[in-house]
Amino acid sequence: MARGAAVAVVVFAFLYVLVIANPPPEVGGDWRTTNTGSALDDPSSFLETILDGLTFAGLLFIVASGFSLIFGLMRVVNMAHGAFYLLGGYVAYEVQQRMTGSGFFLSGQDVNTFEWLVPWLVAMACIAVFGLGVQQLLLRWNQGQDLRQALITIAVSVIVADQVIAHFPRTVPLGTQKYGGNAVTISWPGWTNRLVDLHIGGVHYSLARLVVLALGVSVGIVLWLWLQKTRTGMVIRAGVDDRQMTSAIGINIQWTFAIAFIVGSALAAFGAVVSGSQSSVSQGQDGQWLLYSLVVVIIGGMGSLAGAAVGAVLYGLVFSFAVAYLPITGSDCCQQYSVVLTFALMALVLAFRPQGLFGRVA
Amino acid sequence: MTFDRTKVAAERTIGVVSLVIAILAPAIFSAFWLNSILTQGLILGIGAASLIFLSAYGGMISLAQTGLIGIAGYALANMVTQRVPGGETKGLLLGWDPTLGLIAAILLTVGIGLVFGAVASRSYGIYFLMLTLTYTVIAFLFVGSVTLIGGFSPVAGVDQYTPGFIGNIVADRERLYYIALISAVFVYLLIRYVVRTPFGISFQGIRDDPVRMASLGYNVALHRTLAFGLGAFIAAISGVLYAWWFGQLSPTTMGLDATIQLLIIAVLGGLRRIEGAWIGALAFLAINNTVTNHIPSSGLPVIGGTFNTVIGFIFLAIVIVSPDGLMGLWDRMWETARRRGSPPRDVEGGEATVGATTS
Repeated sequence: MARGAAVAVVVFAFLYVLVIANPPPEVGGDWRTTNTGSALDDPSSFLETILDGLTFAGLLFIVASGFSLIFGLMRVVNMAHGAFYLLGGYVAYEVQQRMTGSGFFLSGQDVNTFEWLVPWLVAMACIAVFGLGVQQLLLRWNQGQDLRQALITIAVSVIVADQVIAHFPRTVPLGTQKYGGNAVTISWPGWTNRLVDLHIGGVHYSLARLVVLALGVSVGIVLWLWLQKTRTGMVIRAGVDDRQMTSAIGINIQWTFAIAFIVGSALAAFGAVVSGSQSSVSQGQDGQWLLYSLVVVIIGGMGSLAGAAVGAVLYGLVFSFAVAYLPITGSDCCQQYSVVLTFALMALVLAFRPQGLFGRVA
Repeated sequence: MTFDRTKVAAERTIGVVSLVIAILAPAIFSAFWLNSILTQGLILGIGAASLIFLSAYGGMISLAQTGLIGIAGYALANMVTQRVPGGETKGLLLGWDPTLGLIAAILLTVGIGLVFGAVASRSYGIYFLMLTLTYTVIAFLFVGSVTLIGGFSPVAGVDQYTPGFIGNIVADRERLYYIALISAVFVYLLIRYVVRTPFGISFQGIRDDPVRMASLGYNVALHRTLAFGLGAFIAAISGVLYAWWFGQLSPTTMGLDATIQLLIIAVLGGLRRIEGAWIGALAFLAINNTVTNHIPSSGLPVIGGTFNTVIGFIFLAIVIVSPDGLMGLWDRMWETARRRGSPPRDVEGGEATVGATTS
């Protein structure tokens, strides 16, 4: 019965978006009133909503795949993933500031590709080294105690988040109070700052957002090739399946763990630089991105690359559609309930598959 | 055998002495200590007890407790605050009778807890931890973004609308202290009672081996859901008391910081024994108070940062040295003594935090 109800809700949601929703009239409005109107009435908004969802999904995937990779291989829930993200974002910002030297009023046009790539690489390298340090120092000697390791990474996240607020950003614009963890923006290279005509439904879409999507897809492809086609990837997959057997046949599993942690941490920084270029980096985002990573891998199934991708796409789409298509019957309804839909999505998936869509029973 | 008896006797003595000190506390401690450390400690301890109950007897480490505490507080705040000219403007301002509001807030929280529990009832271990963390974050985002029931600025004035049998707690803080104390004792006895009932025994069986319990015919998911509901009930008591104590509710009540704080309290006290909840809470607040008084406004010397850095390192040390917290240290002390064949001379160690508050 619960499943029947769940299916009915999903079908209704689809119908609502496709045909039921109405754009706002001059006055009033009812439960069918939304900001954009149904997909039949307003196909370009519908397409933009899908693209918004997918670009957000690209970003979600970059961050969550690192989280999932570490968990899949080592059974470590890295609760400091969000803190790594935050640190990576601020490192990239500081590097870009030093490189361009043009202060805070940096317009996107002034930054060239090189001045974006170097901060990106430096941030990834820094966080990779930092993550490796945490893993070697704090997580190597207590393998198998997954709860204790989760608690240890929580402690790390508390310390790192507090230290980031204490030390970043290094300087703030004149006239602004430095309270620690101010919101800062990393700049995209200038060439991304334009709209692209997609030639479908008259949609002009931000090139920067398409770059985010492309980066997400590239990360997915590279990770897939790495895990499927290289020797290291083969060892990692063997480790995910059976850690003890893998080390029993003479493979140095510790070495593999270290590599997984390096890559996973670097991906947190990667995501932070992309997200910081798209919007901003500020305190509090550590918790936000930890939540995003958790939801994505809970939906998709822990430790599965395909699961992280599907989880990211589902979450991204639900998020963007909720913002665009929840009814606006009054001044205070109902867009703010999009958060609840996140929970509904998770509950729906867990009701059918407790281990997530692509997860295996542990 | 004699060791166990000595240990139980020692714990009972310490327990009775602590209770006597707690009852006499208003005469012993300054008003600041009574209100900020002891009352808050009892309230946070109740919240931590709900976490430890689920973890010690069900093997479920739930980070949803902070969310449930916040939900209870917000429900109460929205139900009882009244629409008066020049008064509070945030929230629904339903202006219900405070007793009705109190009951409704607790029932609502238990109901939400049962739904949360049902969704999570088939998840175990680290998955359960992650899932329950998302509950709290979603509750946090919900009250923050839905301006109808609050929004990001606080809903204030909750402490002015208390039921008649609670009385005026704004002026009389000792009254609030005793209410918190009675609630804490009630929660402690409730948990001690529940874990001895057939339900509690089968719940512990599920902790040890869910598959075997299922094959014996127990409904594992239902047991875990109901236990989660009981945890939500205890969290709701803590939430209501917190709303009265602090007088206002803001989303940070259930933010990530607050969630981690409650987890730190529970781990500090020890995740295996209920007593650890209050020991952890008092230790945490005592450390917080001491450290905050000694940190210059520019941050910690040399490394910079605030109290969070300090408690982060303390938490890290506890998890590395004694994952079972202070109660774990206490148990281990007795274990060592048993092996050596003589009772320990110093029986204060495990309860050091209670002792420290008397100075």
